[in-house]
Amino acid sequence: MIAQRLFGADRRIAIAIFVLLAAAVIVPVLNLAVSPSSAFYIPSYMVALTGKYLCYALLALALDLVWGYCGILSLGHGAFFALGGYAMGMYLMRQIGSRGVYGNPILPDFMVFLNYKELPWFWYGFDHFWFAALMVLAVPGLLAFIFGWFAFRSRVTGVYLSIITQAMTYALLLAFFRNDMGFGGNNGLTDFKDILGYNVQADATRSALFAASAVTLALAVFVTAAIVRSKYGKLLMAVRDAESRTRFLGWRAENVKLFAFTVSAVMAGIAGALYVPQVGIINPGEFDPANSIEVVIWTAVGGRGTIVGPIIGALLVNAGKSWFTGVLPEFWLFALGGLFVAVTLLLPKGIVGMWDGWRGEGKASRAASLAEEAGADPVEPEPKIVRTAARTPGAWSATGPEPQPAE
Amino acid sequence: MMMLRAIGLMLVLTMASVLPSQAAEADLRAAIAKFAAATGFSATEAVVRELAASGDPAVERPLSALADGNLYVRKADSQVFAGKEAGDTIELLDPLSGDKVADAAKTDLTKIKVNNGLRRTIRDALGTLTLRAKDASVRLAAATTMFKTPDAANIEPLDAAIAAETDPAVKTLFEQARAASILVSDKPEADKLAAVSVIAARGDREALSLLTSVEASSQGAVKDAATAAIRAINSTLALWDAGQNIWYGISLGSVLLLAAIGLAITFGVMGVINMAHGEMVMLGAYTTFVVQQVIRTSFPGLFDWSLVIALPLAFLVAALVGLAIERGIIRFLYGRPLETLLATWGVSLILQQAVRTIFGPTNQEVGNPSWMSGSFDVGQLAITWNRLWILVFALLVFGVLLYVMKRTSWGLQMRAVTANRRMAASMGIKTPWVDALTFALGSGIAGIAGVALSQIDNVSPNLGRGYIIDSFMVVVFGGVGNLWGTLVGAFSLGIVNKFLEPYAGAVLGKIVVLVLIILFIQKRPRGLFALKGRAVEA
Repeated sequence: MIAQRLFGADRRIAIAIFVLLAAAVIVPVLNLAVSPSSAFYIPSYMVALTGKYLCYALLALALDLVWGYCGILSLGHGAFFALGGYAMGMYLMRQIGSRGVYGNPILPDFMVFLNYKELPWFWYGFDHFWFAALMVLAVPGLLAFIFGWFAFRSRVTGVYLSIITQAMTYALLLAFFRNDMGFGGNNGLTDFKDILGYNVQADATRSALFAASAVTLALAVFVTAAIVRSKYGKLLMAVRDAESRTRFLGWRAENVKLFAFTVSAVMAGIAGALYVPQVGIINPGEFDPANSIEVVIWTAVGGRGTIVGPIIGALLVNAGKSWFTGVLPEFWLFALGGLFVAVTLLLPKGIVGMWDGWRGEGKASRAASLAEEAGADPVEPEPKIVRTAARTPGAWSATGPEPQPAE
Repeated sequence: MMMLRAIGLMLVLTMASVLPSQAAEADLRAAIAKFAAATGFSATEAVVRELAASGDPAVERPLSALADGNLYVRKADSQVFAGKEAGDTIELLDPLSGDKVADAAKTDLTKIKVNNGLRRTIRDALGTLTLRAKDASVRLAAATTMFKTPDAANIEPLDAAIAAETDPAVKTLFEQARAASILVSDKPEADKLAAVSVIAARGDREALSLLTSVEASSQGAVKDAATAAIRAINSTLALWDAGQNIWYGISLGSVLLLAAIGLAITFGVMGVINMAHGEMVMLGAYTTFVVQQVIRTSFPGLFDWSLVIALPLAFLVAALVGLAIERGIIRFLYGRPLETLLATWGVSLILQQAVRTIFGPTNQEVGNPSWMSGSFDVGQLAITWNRLWILVFALLVFGVLLYVMKRTSWGLQMRAVTANRRMAASMGIKTPWVDALTFALGSGIAGIAGVALSQIDNVSPNLGRGYIIDSFMVVVFGGVGNLWGTLVGAFSLGIVNKFLEPYAGAVLGKIVVLVLIILFIQKRPRGLFALKGRAVEA
């Protein structure tokens, strides 16, 4: 069995999937079936909050696929997240029906307010869940495909690519702020009532959404692991570590990158779609370039180029954010800024990468001491090649790291 | 006490301003009283002319009341009042001040009768009165009103006024008002044709609307002349519009140039994207604020010099912070440009929050020195001094930087490191020092950009955020390692932006520009003026 081989190869991924699936069952049960007075009861706000974090974790995992495994630092993943969110938000808006403030059965409230006479064409079909779900996948995927098609084909790499992805999300931010775009302008889409006929506010629906997020994340972990393990995954890392060399060997680096970028954008879109019903609003603020960069730090904290790393990073940083903004709101930006600096300087491989490093060292020294006891010559342990370690450009240089001029 | 003294002062002042006019007022009242004795239109007209001859603007009220048929004589004592009908009675108002004096029944009053000839005399008198006012601005205002409401009756007083006028600007406007009046009169065609050409020479939107109505209402040669004039005005206006867009674009470009040029240097030499660059701009703006605060409290006389004082300080502050960032963080991250980007983003968050904690999240007020406020006109263009100074300043900074890069040994070292770092190191250039000083220089320039931006933008902790993406676009568009690329990039982005705005709106224009740049990068991934190199990847 392929799955077995996969799980056998890395226990950690199997554990992550198991924990996520278990959470998908246990948390709703503890929320719905246990009485509020019990010590095991999980309050509803907690369910919604962790559900939100799981969506962030999915977004961080999506970014990790392109950044950690393919070396494309996208500063615009928030855009794909928000687009998926808007697709879901449009479905939820249509579900309000005539229960809106203005009671118009077809037009959402903001359209009545802005004097729309009829539904814009791009809102057609969003009253069906299947269509909205399709759009959640298609819109971010298509944007990423078109964007990547142009960008990778003309070999826009490195910081240039980061900057233009940032410009992309910035352009979308400006566009969605416009009232005449037909997406609710500044206020975005909110005031949702039903999803698939169930009340969005109800505890049972929230628990179901939480379970859906956890299961989706587990699935994404599985898919990402499968991609990374496959032959294609090796190619992905080859492109990351030495793009020109891969190209000279006859591979089409741009296609390799394009596939990863598109898959990653679709994952980000799904994360956004799960996020919107849980927080109850989607507005253009989600396109803010600052948000996209924050996603990068989640991935970096957990450890890029690992699969569980981004999940751990997203959960930790967001838990920290919730705690900080509650206790010391002024200091959150100091903490976040410090985190950016500290992680890049001290923890370039993130928490998971560092853990791997320690374990590797530990193993090596144990092996060395065993060998010594056995009376053998102390041989220099072969340096463990950390599968996930990104090649540091400039490592070939005799003088150590040094700046490389932009060309 | 203060209050009382202030009131007393005010009273004295009002008295002082009232006294001299009282003598004149007595004369006017005497003249107005003559209306009671005047019988027949010619006698009334004589009184009107006497009042008009006084040249006092105060006669406007009784004269317009007379023209409207609202001037009455009380039968009992032959006193003259302005009146306002209120049902059966009439409110009697003082003819000069307009204050209510008494009520009277209609039967107790005699209305002073007017005919059309008299009305015209009154209107001419009123027009002449303001056209001859001593204050040039009053005359200008009168001429402007006459231009906007042309009337054949205005021609005569205007002719007289033109003959007497000495101020050339007012005279031109009088002539234009006269031309406008001729066009609505029944003067012969030749006069009208001349009038059309006078108005066409004015060449602005008001002339355009006037001529459009003339074109619609007239026939023959006048109509043709008006059509031709409209076409001419439209094309001049289109030119001025283009000129205005170019000026706005150049102004925006100069701002972008200031913000981006430091970024271009650091990116070019070190391959480092400094996400905290916008915050350096913000630090410069806040330095200006602090300098102005100190000057306001301690040396108010130096306020006009505040920017000159702030410039070196802002450069120093930003350069020192930049140096600290380079020595403390960036130098450990060389060779990892993406990590550098993240670390500097973190620094930018910290700097923003630090400024927010110290100065508060609200906008700080930075004043314009007197030589930077106000504007002047070039044709149909209004050019504000602060925008013009910023353009001059941006070009100055660019020139100095160009000199440093091309003519000094430090610049030579920077260019060598940009071109080939390892070769430069082999030649004995201390590349770490070049890096550190380049970063400090780039940051310092951002700081002085902040001084300039504090004059046209809100000084808030988010100041830098607004410029950073645009600056990146300039650098990416212009190509790195080449100052001319940045110059061309900044001005072309600025002008394209402003040209798109009228058609697409400010926001959509910006989106279009971003999309255009993203497409442009596909074509030339290294920008307009890319350095030629043989390396296969950066």
